[in-house]
Amino acid sequence: MREVLYTIGYNRPLTADVWEMGLFGDTGAITAPGQFINLRLEGLFLRRPISVCRWDREGLTIIYKVVGRGTAALAAMGPGQRLDALCGLGNGFDVSKCGQRTLLIGGGVGVPPLYGLARALLEAGKRPVVLLGFNAKSEVFYEDAFRALGVETTVTTVDDSYGRQGFVTAALPEAYDYFCACGPLPMLRAVYDATKTSGLLSFEERMGCGFGACMGCTCKTKYGNKRICKDGPVLEKEEIIW
Amino acid sequence: MVDTRVTLSGIELENPVIPASGTFGYGQEFAELYDINCLGTFSFKGTTREPRFGNPTPRIAETGGGMLNAVGLQNPGVEQVIAQELPRLRQVFRKPVMANVSGFSVEDYAQTCALLDREEQVGWLEVNISCPNVHGGGMAFGASPEAAAQVTRAVKAVTKKPVYMKLSPNVTDIAAVARACEAAGADGVSLINTLLGMRLDLRRRKPLLANGTGGLSGPAVFPVAVRMVYQVYQAVSIPIIGMGGVSSAEDVIEMMLAGASAVEVGAANLVNPFACRDIIRDLPGVMEKYGIQSLNEIIGGAHHG
Repeated sequence: MREVLYTIGYNRPLTADVWEMGLFGDTGAITAPGQFINLRLEGLFLRRPISVCRWDREGLTIIYKVVGRGTAALAAMGPGQRLDALCGLGNGFDVSKCGQRTLLIGGGVGVPPLYGLARALLEAGKRPVVLLGFNAKSEVFYEDAFRALGVETTVTTVDDSYGRQGFVTAALPEAYDYFCACGPLPMLRAVYDATKTSGLLSFEERMGCGFGACMGCTCKTKYGNKRICKDGPVLEKEEIIW
Repeated sequence: MVDTRVTLSGIELENPVIPASGTFGYGQEFAELYDINCLGTFSFKGTTREPRFGNPTPRIAETGGGMLNAVGLQNPGVEQVIAQELPRLRQVFRKPVMANVSGFSVEDYAQTCALLDREEQVGWLEVNISCPNVHGGGMAFGASPEAAAQVTRAVKAVTKKPVYMKLSPNVTDIAAVARACEAAGADGVSLINTLLGMRLDLRRRKPLLANGTGGLSGPAVFPVAVRMVYQVYQAVSIPIIGMGGVSSAEDVIEMMLAGASAVEVGAANLVNPFACRDIIRDLPGVMEKYGIQSLNEIIGGAHHG
């Protein structure tokens, strides 16, 4: 973990309430896709954790949905402004555990960290396949970004306004040897039940500190109590207790 | 050169800054970030006789100028703390540590303290009779002078280490509880624990925290804490460890002027993991600014002259 003062490069809406923000600054603390940064925002006491979508040496990209005061404040910021962040938090997706044909399943605002994961898998010589679920066509984002990586990408919408109809579990492919999932809790549960292989699931929880000190986000697993912020957010399918 | 040293029950601290229990774990997360030997000491995670998972999540909520928590004393239990956490702590921290203890009966407190009494690295026992987030214990003991005195006597009977009773602000007269602890043999008092609070989710029309209520901490509670330290200083002659919303070197000095011999820093650690290191770094400069040669001289300074 490292405290970094980032400079906002751009901040733009991808849909009605989902925004993409580019941040310039030190990314040396990031060790795996699926990790997050914890942002300090003017007028708010607790930091706000947001997953890293992609990163390189110059900076990183985050994608967030405006749901409360913190994300609304984030959406109001613009290029050149500074953001204080704790960077490189959490236990991300372990690429070495992933198979040659890993299925990446993202739901809504759970999609972003899978983009960085897809890139990391490709760099490791693996061929991920991607399945993205949204409520409606108007909420779809990053489909083109995944396709631009050259990975097979399927989109589902619950209201059948775009792509395959239904939840992601209605569109699981036949051939995959591992899976990684990030999305709302009901989706993770459905994916857990519907998948036939081992896999990794990324969870969300309200956090105090984001680095393992306050025990604000603890969950029970088959391997003992785990802090979503430090031992997670990515957990193995085999250890999860619902 | 200014002098930042203070003394708590015969043990000298290099400076009065102490990360508060529940915001610093057993030290490991912070030892990865900076050399925690710069601290006066730290108060480790509230430890109970048996392991505890704590409350369901969400356990945390934002408030104006602070936060609510209802962690519920999650900890691995005293035996595990002695077997695993203290040996790990010795690798990264060479000073006496403050052992924070909680319980659900007088016997619970006594048993846990008796086990920690044998541990060489434990310098002080900080006995939490003020946790607002557990049922059938915790704050129940801090709510009445009689119950507080009972726990104090039981703990003093099993340990030679200095005992600091950690008091609840959720009482009518905190000075009365402090006096009862002093009369029962307490070596000092720590105050304040969090203030009982609640936030509601407008969409669900239900409390944000799964536990319903939680403890309020952060800068919002600082004036309440200063007032209570001030009142307790007038009521007792044992040392006070002051805490509640402290987040700067100025806050440390203000708390000491009110009557604190040392100062704990809690919620600030969660927002800025380097908060205590930064406060310790800033302290000499702020002392010079206010013409303070030695921190020892300003304890209770607001009451003199």
